[in-house]
Amino acid sequence: MKQYETVIGLEVHVELATKTKIFCGCSTAFGGRPNSHTCPVCTGMPGSLPVLNRKVLEYAVAVGMATNCEITRYCKFDRKNYFYPDNPQNYQISQLYLPICRNGYVEIESEGGSRRIGIHEIHMEEDAGKLIHDEWEDCTLVDYNRSGVPLIEIVSEPDMRGAEDVIAYLEKLRLIIRYLGASDCKLQEGSMRADVNLSVREAGTDTLGTRTEMKNLSSFRSITRAIQGERDRQINLLEKGGTVIQETRRWDEAGDTSYAMRSKEDAQDYRYFPDPDLVPISISDDFLEEIRSRQPELRTEKMKRYREEYDIPDYDIEIITESRHMAEIFEAAVALGAQPKKVSNWLMGETLRLLKETGEDPEDICFSPENLAKLIDLTERKVINSTVAKEVFERMFRENVDPETFVEEMGLKMVSDQGALRSIAQEVIASNPQSVADYQNGKEKAIGFLVGQTMKAMKGKADPAGVNQLLKELLRATSESQ
Amino acid sequence: MEKSEILSLSAVGLGAAVRSGKTTAVEATEAVLEQIEEYDGEYRCYVTVDPEGALRKAALVQKRIEAGELTGPLAGVPVALKDNLCTAGMRTTCSSKMLENYVPAFSAEAVRNLERAGAVIIGKTNMDEFAMGSTTETSYFGVTKNPRNPQHVPGGSSGGSAAAVAARECFFALGSDTGGSIRQPASYCGVVGMKPTYGTVSRYGLVTYGSSLDQIGPLTGNVEDCAVVMEQIASYDRKDSTSLRREDTDFSRALVEDVKGMKIGIPQDYFREGLDPQVRAAVLKAAAVLREKGAVTEEFDLSLVEYAIPAYYTIASAEASSNLERFDGIKYGFRAGGEEGLHQMYKKTRSLGFGPEVKRRIMLGSFVLSSGYYDAYYLKALRVKAMIKEAFDRAFAKYDCILGPVAPTTAPKLDASLSDPMKMYLGDIYTISVNLAGLPAISLPCGTDSRGLPIGLHLIGDSYQEKKLLRIAYTYERTGGVV
Repeated sequence: MKQYETVIGLEVHVELATKTKIFCGCSTAFGGRPNSHTCPVCTGMPGSLPVLNRKVLEYAVAVGMATNCEITRYCKFDRKNYFYPDNPQNYQISQLYLPICRNGYVEIESEGGSRRIGIHEIHMEEDAGKLIHDEWEDCTLVDYNRSGVPLIEIVSEPDMRGAEDVIAYLEKLRLIIRYLGASDCKLQEGSMRADVNLSVREAGTDTLGTRTEMKNLSSFRSITRAIQGERDRQINLLEKGGTVIQETRRWDEAGDTSYAMRSKEDAQDYRYFPDPDLVPISISDDFLEEIRSRQPELRTEKMKRYREEYDIPDYDIEIITESRHMAEIFEAAVALGAQPKKVSNWLMGETLRLLKETGEDPEDICFSPENLAKLIDLTERKVINSTVAKEVFERMFRENVDPETFVEEMGLKMVSDQGALRSIAQEVIASNPQSVADYQNGKEKAIGFLVGQTMKAMKGKADPAGVNQLLKELLRATSESQ
Repeated sequence: MEKSEILSLSAVGLGAAVRSGKTTAVEATEAVLEQIEEYDGEYRCYVTVDPEGALRKAALVQKRIEAGELTGPLAGVPVALKDNLCTAGMRTTCSSKMLENYVPAFSAEAVRNLERAGAVIIGKTNMDEFAMGSTTETSYFGVTKNPRNPQHVPGGSSGGSAAAVAARECFFALGSDTGGSIRQPASYCGVVGMKPTYGTVSRYGLVTYGSSLDQIGPLTGNVEDCAVVMEQIASYDRKDSTSLRREDTDFSRALVEDVKGMKIGIPQDYFREGLDPQVRAAVLKAAAVLREKGAVTEEFDLSLVEYAIPAYYTIASAEASSNLERFDGIKYGFRAGGEEGLHQMYKKTRSLGFGPEVKRRIMLGSFVLSSGYYDAYYLKALRVKAMIKEAFDRAFAKYDCILGPVAPTTAPKLDASLSDPMKMYLGDIYTISVNLAGLPAISLPCGTDSRGLPIGLHLIGDSYQEKKLLRIAYTYERTGGVV
């Protein structure tokens, strides 16, 4: 069999995090009763007119800047005409001729080191509504709540060579866009959707093969599976002397396979033309400067700064900066006086563990840096021990409780009354003669049982190291007195 | 006041009479409703009349006038609206089967401006279906007759509005002008009609035909009413991206009888073959009258006229083909019966819901936008549009106003136009370049032909120069057309 190379380009749709829709004032909130977030504009009523939401333009330009794009200073919206009931006007307002951003790139880490994946363009457009088929009544209903939700479509160059590149590219885009606050980029919820354009060619050749476009990919796993499957399908075809047909295919997640939706022959003529209801957008220097000045520190710069400012391992830096939100908690907690490595330990350990448990991601962290700093302070001052600290943290993670108040109210402070501790330790010694004998006969480990019993009697509110110390002291005294 | 006395008043005159207590909004509304009752069976200016709603509104307005809350010139004055202007709670059909029973949830911004001013909406006037046509004969609801001579069409597409003003079935009306649809029927019916600078009146709530060309404007009995209505309907509207912020919308201040030293250009191209000799004579006589009043006239060459018609029908049809896609039977309006699946439903609904002229323009528009033809037709038409604007810019560097005919002929007979659409399209030759260039223009009566049919005088201004047009029109009107 010949050697083949896979060539992949991506079209990524990202739902922008604006509060209102792209051309009207309706809410973009997910859910809601069908057609409750609608108005004459986003339901295509006669006489209604679109007006661009400025925030959409700001986000699109911010993403363009962060992905090294040229910003189109005079840009327009175009109408893409096609009939479908989820599209109330029967045209989608999008950008074809003069998209807002062009000629950018992002860098990804791949086996051969850092590589650039080119971005052909980014354009703004509106999302469509949703059709719901009612099997019972045998009718189709339409919900326009999503109609007019703003999207950007990021079209890459065919610069990727396999699933690893694709995942790395998507992760990079997601990271950048989340840092900008422009979207939460959740594949499962559809706020980030990727269509994969894939072709194969004999290794060493320059011409591109015929590509197919794969839709309905809702997880990194399905993207990987679909790329492998489509690559194999195309190679098999070619090996058998067949040809690849340019077509759109739909990935069937359950069947782990894809099927053709439509070929190029029945491709529609969208009759694109500039939307005459919207005025062209002229982007001023001031506008660009305003967006530029508001760009947050992106991850690469942040990592560099962390290496200089904080004494924590590179590994920690990488994980913490994967989320802008987590990085902000880190920085704020350190600024409040907590030791960087301690803060990092809480984030890398318990925080990630609990996020995994709840299936959330770092952007969803709800505890405040103030509370994390307080918790660290409580353990530093030995007001609570590490076991109690973990319990407190869990409550803080879920409800952002103030650890000081919580420890106070729940009575979780370590008992500092040495008299009380001493008498309990003496009781434990008295009621566990076997362990005492074992210890005194040289079985050092027997002390562990006694510590455990004491801690239990103290309801955990003691410093285990201190208890160990005290028990040893008491046992020494006992043996001496015998 | 007697009904006949009320109906002899202008809109501004009636407003004053109501404010001074000589009559009431209710009396005026009753007078108009009686007039409709008496004449509209023949003329058919209206698609929908709302007597109860109008009388209720009139009573309310009257109270507010008496309470001193409404003091404007149009408070208590009955108005008719072209049926492509959305009216909350009152059906808005665009004279199409497609929207026969469509009741909008909101009112057009221009309509809201009039309501705020206390005008009383009588009903909705007939028009060419979706404003496509020049005679009001493409209406699904039948033809409107010209009150000056019921054998003739009122013009179009705002034919119902122009005829209603001419028949005194309202005190003034609103129309929309995409290629002459206010000015041409005004000319045919012997009333005043103005197409404002593009962006002056909000298009929000106007059912779009050609978005880049459409503008709402007044049809009135005289120039003063025109200026006053303009003042009320012009507004900056955030809901319309193409809306302009203008500080100079105090149009009634332009009602000055003085044209001394004003420079008026007369394009020779507008007086060549195809122009009816009687129309030509009346328009040139109007120019002479203005010269007599101190204006300076000069003939000049405004080329590109011949390219205006193909460019206009390309652009307007392209936009219309897309604007009318929303009428699909899914959300509102007409839906053809039968359960043959989505594609068949679309096809049947649109085949049965639209009339032939609308279908012709949708097909034309879809064709010029289709891949492979876009550059050759649509883009070329946009280039012609830009060149026409440049030609006007050159003219307005020299002239305060351009004077010419509104239409090549007076109103044609009923049933004489639709069989030859090319001829009908050529009738728009003097009006459409104004829309392509986004300019303001006014049509006002300047005589009648031997059959007694009105002839219209067309004054075209540079962008934002409505006041110059109103001033010249007002001066001309005061002379009574006599030197």
